[in-house]
Amino acid sequence: MKVFAFSKRNDLEILRDPLNLLFGVGFPIVLLLLLTVIQRNIPVALFEIEHLAPGIIVFGLSFMTLFSATLIAKDRGSSFLQRLYTTPLTAGDFIMGYLLPILPICIAQSVICFAMAVLLGLHVTIHILTSVLFTLPVALLFVSLGLLCGSIFTDKQVGGICGALLTNLTAWLSGIWFDLGLVGGAFQKIANLLPFVHAVEMERAVLRGDYAGVFPHIWWVMGYAAAVTAIAVFAFLRQMKRQ
Amino acid sequence: MDAIKTVELTKEYKDLTAVDGLNLTVRQGELLSLLGVNGAGKTTTIKMLTRLTQPTSGDAYLLGKSILTESAAVKNMIAVSPQETAVAPNLTVWENLELIAGVHGLNKDEAKGKVTELSGRFGLGEVANKRAGKLSGGWQRRLSIAMALISDPQILFLDEPTLGLDVLARSDLWDMIRALKGSMTVILTTHYMEEAEALSDRVAIMKNGRLLLTGTPAEIKRRAGTDKFDEAFVRIVKEAVV
Ligand SMILES: Nc1ncnc2c1ncn2[C@@H]1O[C@H](COP(=O)(O)OP(=O)(O)OP(=O)(O)O)[C@@H](O)[C@H]1O
Ligand SMILES: [Mg+2]
Repeated sequence: MKVFAFSKRNDLEILRDPLNLLFGVGFPIVLLLLLTVIQRNIPVALFEIEHLAPGIIVFGLSFMTLFSATLIAKDRGSSFLQRLYTTPLTAGDFIMGYLLPILPICIAQSVICFAMAVLLGLHVTIHILTSVLFTLPVALLFVSLGLLCGSIFTDKQVGGICGALLTNLTAWLSGIWFDLGLVGGAFQKIANLLPFVHAVEMERAVLRGDYAGVFPHIWWVMGYAAAVTAIAVFAFLRQMKRQ
Repeated sequence: MDAIKTVELTKEYKDLTAVDGLNLTVRQGELLSLLGVNGAGKTTTIKMLTRLTQPTSGDAYLLGKSILTESAAVKNMIAVSPQETAVAPNLTVWENLELIAGVHGLNKDEAKGKVTELSGRFGLGEVANKRAGKLSGGWQRRLSIAMALISDPQILFLDEPTLGLDVLARSDLWDMIRALKGSMTVILTTHYMEEAEALSDRVAIMKNGRLLLTGTPAEIKRRAGTDKFDEAFVRIVKEAVV
């Protein structure tokens, strides 16, 4: 299958970049470790692992936007993508090839984070497995955001926008480190209109085994994922046509 | 049937016409060099013929298929080695070749056979497991050209294939290009006149997006009244008013 060859290449490009591994796996693990150590030394429950792990996993997934956007923006900047445009690959193949192969990487990242969390004291339950499953819509959201950014920005811009802005938005507006209710006001309102806090709350509910608590958060995540994917497809096709 | 027939093929950018009403015919199995100074419109012509750029007006037929209405059929019979080397940097040489085999729909065995054959033909065996991004410019170019041959194209476009190659590598590549003659139609651009003269069945000279003339290297020299090909090129381009 033509699209498999292209997908495999995209996976290899991402996995062979040591910086990607450092940020994609190393960073979330270090955060888990660090915050768990801090938790052990303070009297209040701030970073309990059941609460922390889902947040870190969502935060870790935000790096996938950076990876995929960088790959796409670099491809667009070099003649490599132009060469591929002259092959029988269709527009659909390109879009699938940029979206799908990153999803298994997302799953692997979540599995590694949960494994680390278990080492740090997270109880092993079936809910871990379902949590990994529920990361899929979150992963799709971040990966399609990568397709979108990669289609409209240069690789330098991507570094700033996805690497700095998006990861920080995800970090601060998701209630990973502190309860957004403590800040309240406009901050909380904005956070609730964005998908990040809903992704974290959804994951936390699943991990608790509280499947009713998944709602309405999952609608936010899936709604954003669907909308961003649609816009990203449009943006990619537009830049492809503009060649 | 002609391998390529362009009909008033035109590309306009905002304030400039990069290719202006090009009428060019290339016969099957022929090697045609597209010559012209920087900005003459060579790459733009290739980009239109390979479906990378939409023509502003006009059309072209590759083995009878219109680039405008039969894009998929066109893509199945062409291959390009772009002016800037186009390889996947984090993939090895071998993986780059396999990738192109894959996107052309070759199955595993076919791909392996083709990759082995081409890495042999282009002397890429010794660097097969190196990442393409780590190769020197000349090696990347070789790989880039080998990648264009994986799909056994009927029409091959080589945009400045020997740019940046040392003398030996260039002479090797000339041999390889000569070996292709007859088995496929080749469109080549180059700024090396001795290369054009040595390899081409015919040359086409462009200036400011227009086709000045086409002919065999011998005809071109006769037309310009000199027995040196590079001199003939310079005279023709300088004297032309377009
Ligand atoms: N995307 C573009 N937008 C605007 N102008 C362009 C674009 N691409 C090419 N041009 C212009 O079109 C003209 C022809 O360019 P082209 O690249 O086809 O020349 P060329 O013959 O390949 O030159 P060279 O020998 O330097 O490679 C140039 O004036 C170039 O600046
Ligand atoms: Mg050019």
